Amino acid sequence: MVDAARPAPTPARGRPPLRTILIWTTVAVIGAVAWGVVALVRDEEISALWLLAAALGSYAIAYRFYARFIANRVLGVDDRRATPAETLRNDTDYQPTDRRILFGHHFAAIAGAGPLVGPVLAAQMGYLPGTLWIIVGVIFAGAVQDMVVLFFSMRRNGKSLGQMAREEIGVVGGVAALVGVFAIMIILLAVLAIVVVNALAESAWGTFSIAMTIPIALFMGFYLRTIRPGRVIETSLIGVTLLLLAIVGGGWVQESSWADTFTLSPEALVWALIIYGFVASVLPVWMLLAPRDYLSTFMKIGTIALLAVGLLLARPVMQNEAVTDFASTGDGPVFAGSLFPFVFITIACGALSGFHALISSGTTPKLIEKESQVRMIGYGGMLVESFVAVSAMIAASIIDPGLYYAMNAPAGFLGDSLESASQAVAGLGFTITPDQLAGAAAAVEESTLVARTGGAPTLAVGMSQIFSDAFGAGGQAFWYHFAIMFEALFILTTVDAGTRVGRFMLQDTLGNVWKPMRDVSWKPGLWLTSALVVGGWGYFLYAGVTDPLGGINQLFPLFGIANQLLAAIALTVATVILIKRGQLKWAWVTGIPLLWDATVTLTASWQKVFSDDPTLGFFAQRDRFSEALDNGEVLPPAQSLDDMEQVVTNTTVDGILAAFFALLVIIVIADAARVCVKTLRNPSAVVDSEAPFVESELVAPSGLIPTREERQLMASVAAGRGREPGGDGGPVGSDGDGAAAGPR
Amino acid sequence: MSRVTGAVTGAVTRAAAGVWWYLREVSGESAYDRYVEHCRQHDAGATVLTRREFERRRQDRREHEPQQRCC
Repeated sequence: MVDAARPAPTPARGRPPLRTILIWTTVAVIGAVAWGVVALVRDEEISALWLLAAALGSYAIAYRFYARFIANRVLGVDDRRATPAETLRNDTDYQPTDRRILFGHHFAAIAGAGPLVGPVLAAQMGYLPGTLWIIVGVIFAGAVQDMVVLFFSMRRNGKSLGQMAREEIGVVGGVAALVGVFAIMIILLAVLAIVVVNALAESAWGTFSIAMTIPIALFMGFYLRTIRPGRVIETSLIGVTLLLLAIVGGGWVQESSWADTFTLSPEALVWALIIYGFVASVLPVWMLLAPRDYLSTFMKIGTIALLAVGLLLARPVMQNEAVTDFASTGDGPVFAGSLFPFVFITIACGALSGFHALISSGTTPKLIEKESQVRMIGYGGMLVESFVAVSAMIAASIIDPGLYYAMNAPAGFLGDSLESASQAVAGLGFTITPDQLAGAAAAVEESTLVARTGGAPTLAVGMSQIFSDAFGAGGQAFWYHFAIMFEALFILTTVDAGTRVGRFMLQDTLGNVWKPMRDVSWKPGLWLTSALVVGGWGYFLYAGVTDPLGGINQLFPLFGIANQLLAAIALTVATVILIKRGQLKWAWVTGIPLLWDATVTLTASWQKVFSDDPTLGFFAQRDRFSEALDNGEVLPPAQSLDDMEQVVTNTTVDGILAAFFALLVIIVIADAARVCVKTLRNPSAVVDSEAPFVESELVAPSGLIPTREERQLMASVAAGRGREPGGDGGPVGSDGDGAAAGPR
Repeated sequence: MSRVTGAVTGAVTRAAAGVWWYLREVSGESAYDRYVEHCRQHDAGATVLTRREFERRRQDRREHEPQQRCC
């Protein structure tokens, strides 16, 4: 069976030094006081810094104690055991990579627009429910999932989630997982693309800046290919400079005669994105995708760091209520449904994101140097993403609530003018005058902010307030477009990369039926599969953008459900593996998050499919509109019979998808339960699916900062090889003698 | 130079060197240096690819390994 029984070399247990006890007591007290302030102070505005303190304190405690417990006691990480990066080393896919470098790559792969958009929408329920879920969810579910999946994939030489599902659960579970991954990716790409369209529509400034990223990326691609091969940092610096110029230039374009050329309707932007997505996925990687990826990674890390500094300097005060009435009534304008289950659906990335299981079972397990590093990379990486989500929640909660609802309610609800929007917001119980609405738009030099749904514009307004407060007054328009650029940039990178991944999956699957398809460089196959993937998300994008009910409001819950269902599949696989390892007593570590996640998502799916409330249930909505259509009536917010037909079609598709996702997960969980029962009845029949134990020859620290013992060990190994001992600032772990490629 | 300023300059230099090391590693810029070192250590007579050739092969390999990017 499994070697969970083999004792891992846990450090000698003794009384921790007094200094350690004092430090952790202080951290615990700070965290507890911050939570106390956040939870108990009512009827007066609290500083956003209390939320940050509560979050950071909780993360520190969780990382130090819970993650360590899981790594040492449950998983049994064993640094004497060679990782696949060492045993299968080929210097391309498999290569021992310094933990700090791998952390950077892993984080860049998991973090994107998700943790920025979800919390903004969830702010409709108030800042407290979302913040609680982000912090508690990441500690007990999201970070656990990422670390555990990373560990199990690493023990299986880097197998993917789909492969593990097939091997541990069976063909049915495996196929369901594969179909789930593909469907979820299509919905994810569509929803992210809607965010971009909503942020750029009717904005010459934004559209110009984003359009310029294409020639900038092409220039970088050719520069790196022909003029200065391999000089990535230099090329990226040039790229970022050009990017900042493009943001400034957008302001001039908006004032110039070119403004009309770059003021595009949502429909025109949809077509532009679809064409872009197709072209980008068939062009060579070096030309567009790789340079764009460098740009977006630098922008991502830079802006997140800037936001953290900005929050500390600006010390903004929360304007949003802690818990709004919409949490219990469930009739909020941003998305329908009450706190349970919809906060937990809306905020996926940042708390628990199934998509991460694909990354944790992708490149990362093939590059990790030491087993114990799964804690820093898997758990730690997710904690940082969670911090980004908390920052986004703060940015959305420091703006005037009236403005928040005027920006995030659907266009049909708000009407065509500032007056109608002001009245509609008053109907929700918040106030904002038409003058204030005009002033807010003028401050960021946009024609209007009414119904700028999708989350990105709201976040950009919040960030522009934080940045202009922190780094000197004024410049709000620049910072607004900077934030829009930053989000749109990495959404487009996700669209590029996702389309390519989808294409590979499709080529692989179709290759089973017809061999030539599998050849990834066969042009007709490449074009066909790219077109199919782009067509898939393009359909939902077009339907969403033209949806009279507001695409983001309709599709975001579907995206959340899909993402959380993928998490359910990942947690199921992890729980089955724990039970197969003979670790029933620790199965709760992934079992409880699974139970919670399955309850939340299946409840949400149930409500989306079966609810009688037409604002909530897709089919109830469909019935209401199709009955009216039969009578020749037009129901608001639809404005014509065509709109009515469109609502009927969209709600049918959305309803079927919600039911389909739920069914997939029920199948996976039922199949997994069967496997668990079989295992428990006859434990000796379990086949060990782990790679065999190989003694490791590498030494590297487990955490970010090496302990004194680790330093001594590394120094003695380095001395044995006749080299100078590497300090913490040098590439100690990466071992100096490896050739070629890092992962990107 | 007093000992204090010396220590401060030292710390700043070390921090800058650390940042530079990190950027080069994380962006893959140091891959070629490692490759050359690897070639020299293992076989002194082997032909070493030029940087242009090496980077081109490295880029083209990415064509077949899609990079997953999450939300």
